[in-house]
Amino acid sequence: MLEIKTAKTHKGKRELEKRAPKLVEGGKKTLILHGTKTSGVLNAVLTQIYQLKKESAVKYSRKNENIKPFETGGETSLEFFSLKTDCSIFVYGSHSKKRPDNLVFGRTYDHHIYDLVEVGVENFKPMESFNYDKKIAPKEGSKPFIVFIGEGFENVEELKHLKEVLLDLLRGEVVETLNLAGVDRAYVCAAVSPNKVFFSHCALRLKKSGTIVPRMELVEVGPSMDLVIRRHRLPNDGLRKEAMKTTREKPKKKEKNVKKDVLQGKIGNIYVPDQKIGEMALPNKSKGVKRERREAKRKNESGDDHAKKRKEDA
Amino acid sequence: MATEMETGGNQSQFEVDLGNLMAFDSHHTFSSSSSSSGSRAELVKECLNKGTELVQAIADSLFSLPSTEDIDGPLVKLPPPTTKLPRQKHLPKPAPPTKWEAFAQKRGIQKRKKDKIVYDEQSGTWKRRFGYDRANDEDAIPIIEAKPTDDPTEDPFAKRREDKKNRVQKNEKNRLQNLKEAAKFGALPSHVQLAARALPITGTQAAPKKFTKDELGNVAGMAATSTASGGKFDRKLAGEKPAQHKGKYRKFLPVVEGTGIGSLEKEQTEKVLNKIMSKNSHDILNVSKAVTMTNVKREKKRKNDKRSTSATDSKLKTQKKSFKKGDVKKGGNKAKGKK
Repeated sequence: MLEIKTAKTHKGKRELEKRAPKLVEGGKKTLILHGTKTSGVLNAVLTQIYQLKKESAVKYSRKNENIKPFETGGETSLEFFSLKTDCSIFVYGSHSKKRPDNLVFGRTYDHHIYDLVEVGVENFKPMESFNYDKKIAPKEGSKPFIVFIGEGFENVEELKHLKEVLLDLLRGEVVETLNLAGVDRAYVCAAVSPNKVFFSHCALRLKKSGTIVPRMELVEVGPSMDLVIRRHRLPNDGLRKEAMKTTREKPKKKEKNVKKDVLQGKIGNIYVPDQKIGEMALPNKSKGVKRERREAKRKNESGDDHAKKRKEDA
Repeated sequence: MATEMETGGNQSQFEVDLGNLMAFDSHHTFSSSSSSSGSRAELVKECLNKGTELVQAIADSLFSLPSTEDIDGPLVKLPPPTTKLPRQKHLPKPAPPTKWEAFAQKRGIQKRKKDKIVYDEQSGTWKRRFGYDRANDEDAIPIIEAKPTDDPTEDPFAKRREDKKNRVQKNEKNRLQNLKEAAKFGALPSHVQLAARALPITGTQAAPKKFTKDELGNVAGMAATSTASGGKFDRKLAGEKPAQHKGKYRKFLPVVEGTGIGSLEKEQTEKVLNKIMSKNSHDILNVSKAVTMTNVKREKKRKNDKRSTSATDSKLKTQKKSFKKGDVKKGGNKAKGKK
């Protein structure tokens, strides 16, 4: 026997609808978590990645013994967390003798692991070690510029893969309109050697150039680090093909109160709500306008009259 | 906008993806000397310089897009991203047609819009088609005319209720069937889940009932009463409920006589009366008790007779009286003094 279970509250229903597969997807959320052991460097790396992605990231602070993304059976709990938090990118940090300061970037498709890239962190410089004018510090959640430098990103397979993953991780939400005044950060990734990528986070300083396009200046604000490629796993072709599917059609928004007519063209209904004069806010809330004061005044006046009368009597 | 090849200032070519605000320089090579033997500061500087160039390239194309002014700043419409990235979830799947939809399709039945409000024949007013206080509600009819063909043993109202129940049940069954079909295609609505219901273990035994949150809360409250104070001074957990009242409540019988509870009062008085009657009935005469009772009576009588003879002693009587009077007077004086 099957039982139909539906969301009990409207809020719960909305939450489920948010998580349902959509025709056009928003940005991906990032899950940040540790393995059994992490080094101090790695802790700092994970925290700072979280700070960079704060508006769309979930950070777990506990140790996870049974997460080993590259091993079979080690991904079950990771996939569960991905489902639970609705995240489809994860950053997993672990530290071992064989692979010190190990960072695994991975993506999920339908809450199953899609691909994995493993890198080692070297020459890490945290945010705090950079001195700069705090006025230009990037705002949380601003859309970043992403820059990839070096032929390695095209020729070396691992780096090519890393480039795609980094782009997915850093780009934030896909937007249609962008406020040019809000452009304030850039990520620089440079393939320094075939297995090493220099990564840095910079603030943008827009200077006048005399033309419409301002002159850009990069100020390093950190974190910066070298990523040394270790293992990686590409998605199999079937899965990739499935995941790359897109549709041309855009989700239609229901048009209300608008009719189309052959002769008249577009006819719209406009509903104007009643003008509520009683609830209208007055431009100045002077003391005299207040009701209590008015009433109090009236009362006082009547009281004064009595007093006067009494005096006359006396 | 397709992947755009732009010629930057330094004769090299950049790939710019405006949708992602991404730029890629695939031609730059870092000399191995700078990465290994050269100092790190130099390398970083080189990267940043190159990065600035690329950022400038993005900005060049970004700021030349047509913009609209807004209070917060100029807004620019970005082209869709050209770099293909995988989706996070599969494309939403279209739900298969329900049984009715398939049938309607086959027969060419089309959906018609119905008014929300319908004329109600009985009250002569316009009422909602469905829901509370709906128009032409079958269940709300007070009188059903009997037909000669009707079965006299059957309650027509009960039958109506039963029929309605069956219709609802049937609809629920059909709905489940359609949802099952949708689940096969992975096209269940996001807020619906199909869960296996616990089956009874044997044919006769019902499935073990799951306690609801409320019931468990009540159990906790009941457990608290096992202390001497009845759980009055126990520290309560957040969200814990006070114990449910387990004792009996006092009941007052209705004064007006009737059937059922109304006749209870009569029964009660009868009970009392019977008790008294049975006490006085001679079937259960306690001989020893009766003997002592008569003895006591006789004793009392004798005492009374004695008193009446001694009452002539006037001296004692007066004395007693005077003493009492004085006492009373004193008390009165005291009271006055207090005032």
